[in-house]
Amino acid sequence: MMKASRGLTEEALSKQTDPSLLKESGLFKQLTNRYSESRGKFLIFSCALLMIVAVIAITLFLMVQGLRSFVVDHINPWTFITGMQWYPDSATHPSFGALPFIFGSMAVTLLAAVIATPIAVGTAIFMAELSQKWGQRLMQPVIEILVGIPSVVYGLIGLLVVVPFMRIHFGGSGFNLITGALVVGIMILPTVASIAADSIRAVPNSLREASYAIGGTKWQTIWRVVIPAAGANLITAIVLGMSRAFGEALAVQMVIGNARNLPHSLFDPAATLTTIITLSMGNSTTGSVLNDALWSLGLVLLLISYLFILLVRFLSRKRVL
Amino acid sequence: MNSKVTNRIALSLIVLCAGIMAAILLALLGYILVNGVTSISWRFLTSESSTFLAGGGIKDQLWNSFYVLFLTMLLTVPIGVCGGIYLAEYAKPGKLTSFIRSCVEVLASLPSIVVGMFGMLLFVNYFQFRYSVLSGALALTVFNLPVIVRVTEDGFRALSRHQKEGGLALGMTHWHTIKKILLPAAFPSILTGVILSAGRVFGESAALLFTAGLSTPNLDFANWNPASPNSPLNMFRSAETLSVHIWAVNTNGIIPDVQTVANGSAAVLVICVLLFNLLARGVGKWIHQKLSGKA
Repeated sequence: MMKASRGLTEEALSKQTDPSLLKESGLFKQLTNRYSESRGKFLIFSCALLMIVAVIAITLFLMVQGLRSFVVDHINPWTFITGMQWYPDSATHPSFGALPFIFGSMAVTLLAAVIATPIAVGTAIFMAELSQKWGQRLMQPVIEILVGIPSVVYGLIGLLVVVPFMRIHFGGSGFNLITGALVVGIMILPTVASIAADSIRAVPNSLREASYAIGGTKWQTIWRVVIPAAGANLITAIVLGMSRAFGEALAVQMVIGNARNLPHSLFDPAATLTTIITLSMGNSTTGSVLNDALWSLGLVLLLISYLFILLVRFLSRKRVL
Repeated sequence: MNSKVTNRIALSLIVLCAGIMAAILLALLGYILVNGVTSISWRFLTSESSTFLAGGGIKDQLWNSFYVLFLTMLLTVPIGVCGGIYLAEYAKPGKLTSFIRSCVEVLASLPSIVVGMFGMLLFVNYFQFRYSVLSGALALTVFNLPVIVRVTEDGFRALSRHQKEGGLALGMTHWHTIKKILLPAAFPSILTGVILSAGRVFGESAALLFTAGLSTPNLDFANWNPASPNSPLNMFRSAETLSVHIWAVNTNGIIPDVQTVANGSAAVLVICVLLFNLLARGVGKWIHQKLSGKA
């Protein structure tokens, strides 16, 4: 392709005396054709518009389908969100209370963030501040490979390693809230670490030098200068990790135990919005009340994801630097 | 405590964090490979999975994974690259552009299960594609588009301005400058990103659960007519992929050798993803050497 432009230059130079030849060869016409310019522009523009179409379509479709349970089946939205009982298959009093799942999702997300943040931020500081060489050579590939490992594999490891571990040391079945949070926490580690490392690298060197100049140790510099300066971006990294943890479905479903009650402790089985959708969607018939209620859970999932997106936007707009 | 001691302690804790991260990777890979490789055999890779007997393989699932991946890439790459070119070259700062950017951001951060549910509504039910390879590939296209858009935009932005100015100075139109000069120059970085995203698509499961389905019809690998229902190439048959298979045997599986099958499948999956990773690095380096004339 570079040849094409070079060829064009040579051709243009050699045939300067006779411009009609250049026109006949068609190359000139082809490369400066206004029609193809507008055709190309149209192609490109329509592809870009497709993104907008996709987002609007996802929102609209899930909105319409998710509101069915309130509009068609007359479930009260308030009891839906605050109800504690999820017994859709009860013949006499089917009840659709989604609070245990909303709570489960929140709990898994927060616990995962608590588990992941120290290790991820520590790794990020190591990569960006302590040892650029090892960070580049060792930790960068480690993080890239961890990001690439499919979530099902994290779930499988959780099932085969973490669940038996919990069963032996903490009793019960081993399928519980904290197991789910642990698996997801490990899963979001690399995401948080790599974004956190970027935000630490973005802190200007002059700040560090100023701190060293007044006799600060490495740790004082990191703790008092670098971390506050990277502040909002560090939090963005954590929130992005949380939004990933919130949306994770299969890995959580494999280890959390799928109980429909509100868990009383970290070692009780629980369920999240994603796990109940994963489990029940296949067994419900389209148009049934259960199916509609599941779509409403999907809508709740979508709305909370939007909240995360807004939060990230808000945080990244407030750039300190 | 004096500040030097604190410094020592804190810095060792930070090194410890990095150590934990590396240890997690080693433990994960070690566990998967050590436990899984023993159950991988030629027979495991080339025999069909069984619903209730021991000794099933993953031939169909492996094929489905690659087929869905291929179709997804066929759809995503052109659309994503065009979208990225728009953002890098044509987009003028303004409301529309920032809206498109937000949409890319939203698409990138939606949970994959939400994309799967959307795919179920639109492709499976509305377009009547049923649980099929095509529905799965379309859902994954939605899932993968923002990645390709970003990769392309970054690739274009990393180019030097002189390349573009050179093209325009020759009197070429903007479009031809993009097509003949900028796109080839950005090709290596786009290709690397595409291969990396392929690894992500290959391992994706939640979006496929409700679009490609949990079963595969009996495939006849001698029949390559895309229209016949048991052909591997048929786009309108349901297709359980490898990663969905791992989940399915653990959740609803009644086969006695769940662990062997799950470990073996996970090992195959991880090895494939690692190969995609290595390929992406290798290809990027190779093209870079070729273009800079060092090879």
